[in-house]
Amino acid sequence: MSKFKKKSSLHVPEVSTASLPDIVFMLLFFFMTVTVMKNTELKVHNELPNASELKKLEKKDRIIEIHIGKPSSRYENIVGVEPRIQLNDKFADLSEVAPHVLSEIQSKPEHLRAFVTISLKVDKRANMGLISDVKQELRKVNALKINYTTYEGDAFKNLD
Amino acid sequence: MARREGAPEVSAGSMADIAFLLLIFFLVTTTIETDAGLDRMLPPMEPPEDDVVIKQKNILQVIVNRSGQLLVDDELTDLKALRLKAMDFLDNNGDGTCTYCKGKKNVESSDNPAKAIISLKNDRETKYSTYITVQNELVGAYNDLRDREAQRLFGQDFTEMEATYLDQQTPPSEKEKLKEKVKQIQDLFPQKLSEAETSSN
Repeated sequence: MSKFKKKSSLHVPEVSTASLPDIVFMLLFFFMTVTVMKNTELKVHNELPNASELKKLEKKDRIIEIHIGKPSSRYENIVGVEPRIQLNDKFADLSEVAPHVLSEIQSKPEHLRAFVTISLKVDKRANMGLISDVKQELRKVNALKINYTTYEGDAFKNLD
Repeated sequence: MARREGAPEVSAGSMADIAFLLLIFFLVTTTIETDAGLDRMLPPMEPPEDDVVIKQKNILQVIVNRSGQLLVDDELTDLKALRLKAMDFLDNNGDGTCTYCKGKKNVESSDNPAKAIISLKNDRETKYSTYITVQNELVGAYNDLRDREAQRLFGQDFTEMEATYLDQQTPPSEKEKLKEKVKQIQDLFPQKLSEAETSSN
């Protein structure tokens, strides 16, 4: 009897790990569903500025992105160091912006076309000249709703 | 003969390991991003048919030069003072028709919020970061004033109301209720922010 007692006091009951795969699968499915695989590779530096008066861009299906910034070091010897426009996954000239936007709008379902927003993801070191040109191009094709996409933060940090 | 009794069981012991592996892969590749930024409307290409004459006092001219200096109504201004200046201008109530304004009623400044226009002009060499800061401050001026009115009328911040209104998770019944309130506040201080064409010199 004394032998039995001793044994039971020594052993801590083991935690069952049988449900571990289930838990892990649950997490897995969560991440699988929220993951958005990016099919475009960023070819320009894209460090967005900070702003505090933000509005969220909730609905992804009506957004057209335009990246602007200095080419990454990898592409420097091909396209130079001046800020460039990137549409989808390639560098583009200013003249290509309008056709690109038009074709993107065309590819959206009809009921969304009126709500298309252009998200301008511009590197904070870029100059306004190029951006003004892009805005002018957007006006030409009547894509007037734009969003200067930024990080959330103190806007005065931009000035450093 | 014992072999033929049913298929041999597959060990599920490594299932957790496989799942972990996948989990870690998705954890690493996931970027949960909700983009956010400053919404702007560009002016249409065609100029309006009838030219509207706008009094000079109803325009607050903001010019950003290439080195990031700020000229507000021909006065060199610090970026930090821009928000207050814009708020003073919008809230001025020069002709006394705006019942909710708390401005100084300066006859030299804007008549009422509905007429007040902020015109933003920048140089081609202006840094984008500076431009965004200026935009942010101007939007902030509008938001601060709208927040004040929303607090007075509904006891709630305007920015909060708008965020709930735009949120996809908000039920439609609540959205309907918010829609009118948001519209009402927006009409009290309509956002009239014009982006003039860039000067090249």
